[in-house]
Amino acid sequence: MIAVIGLLIGVVAGILVQPTVPVQLQPYLPIAVIAALDALFGGLRAHLDGVFDDKVFAVSFLSNILVAGLIVFLGDQLGVGPELTTAVVVVLGIRIFSNAASIRRHLFKA
Amino acid sequence: MSPEPPGEDLPAVDPESKPAGPTAGRRRSHVLVGLLVAMLGFALVVQLRQEESDQLSSLRQDDLVRLLDEVTQRGDDLSREQTALLAQRAELLSSGDSRRVAEEAARQRAVVQGILAGTLPVEGPGITVTVVDLNGTVRAHTLYNMLQELRNAGAEAIELSGARLTASSWFADSGTGVTVDGVPLAPPYRWTAIGDAQTLAVALEIPGGALASIRNDGGQTALEQHELVQVTAVRELAEPAFATPAATAPAG
Repeated sequence: MIAVIGLLIGVVAGILVQPTVPVQLQPYLPIAVIAALDALFGGLRAHLDGVFDDKVFAVSFLSNILVAGLIVFLGDQLGVGPELTTAVVVVLGIRIFSNAASIRRHLFKA
Repeated sequence: MSPEPPGEDLPAVDPESKPAGPTAGRRRSHVLVGLLVAMLGFALVVQLRQEESDQLSSLRQDDLVRLLDEVTQRGDDLSREQTALLAQRAELLSSGDSRRVAEEAARQRAVVQGILAGTLPVEGPGITVTVVDLNGTVRAHTLYNMLQELRNAGAEAIELSGARLTASSWFADSGTGVTVDGVPLAPPYRWTAIGDAQTLAVALEIPGGALASIRNDGGQTALEQHELVQVTAVRELAEPAFATPAATAPAG
């Protein structure tokens, strides 16, 4: 419940504040969002499995973002930033899909 | 998403399925989860807005270079087109100007030639001379002499009793007076000449001159200078039957 409230608060805050993303952070923000979404879906799946844990969620959330950002940063330094960004997005997208499939099985039994 | 069961105390599985340690401050970690998810929502909205506001930032470098090339080429094309159109406009303007100038020159030439050929009524400073010939002894030759004197003195338009005198005018004696250009005229003869009045008067009055000749013929003359006289008689010009402009003749 608190997660849903937090999500709503964050969305409202984003709409109200309308910040501009610093140029240095612009390549990393979409990756961070994807990574966080992955963690969110993972947490949701864990919750449905009955094994959700706040601490684990927080750690996985933050480490997901950190690792994804680091990979993209490394790719930028190596000159393969766009390619590595695509790779990260693909991997995270696959994970989101598999998590979504698990959630679907839980919710619809199908 | 349903609220968490309060009594949940199972070992948790994160997305990577790592085993997790037991939790201590559940309320605090609840808040932490809310905070993290709030951050996610915030970042999500910010990123969406970013993509909306700046579509170029999502393009790759190759695409940007290609886009820049296209824009540059388009700009070059447009500037070339602008140059061509400007040149065309200048050309049209100048041709319009030159046509106006040519029209103006042609109009002025027409006026000058109309005055010289006697096809236009004119007015200006000049003199009038009335020749009274009671005995009918003033001869055509004397009047012709008068016309030549007026021309020599610079008269630009000359009228004799309603007949416009030009380069082709001719005089002949007739029974009651003279015939000018085929029109019989009877005394008194009224001359009207446009030109410098002073010069015309002096030229006519010189001893042995035109007026003296008329007086010798037995006529009486009265000369008046005017600020403004009008020569309203005009001639009809016949189309030249034989002469055409020479091909190599200078214009005008």
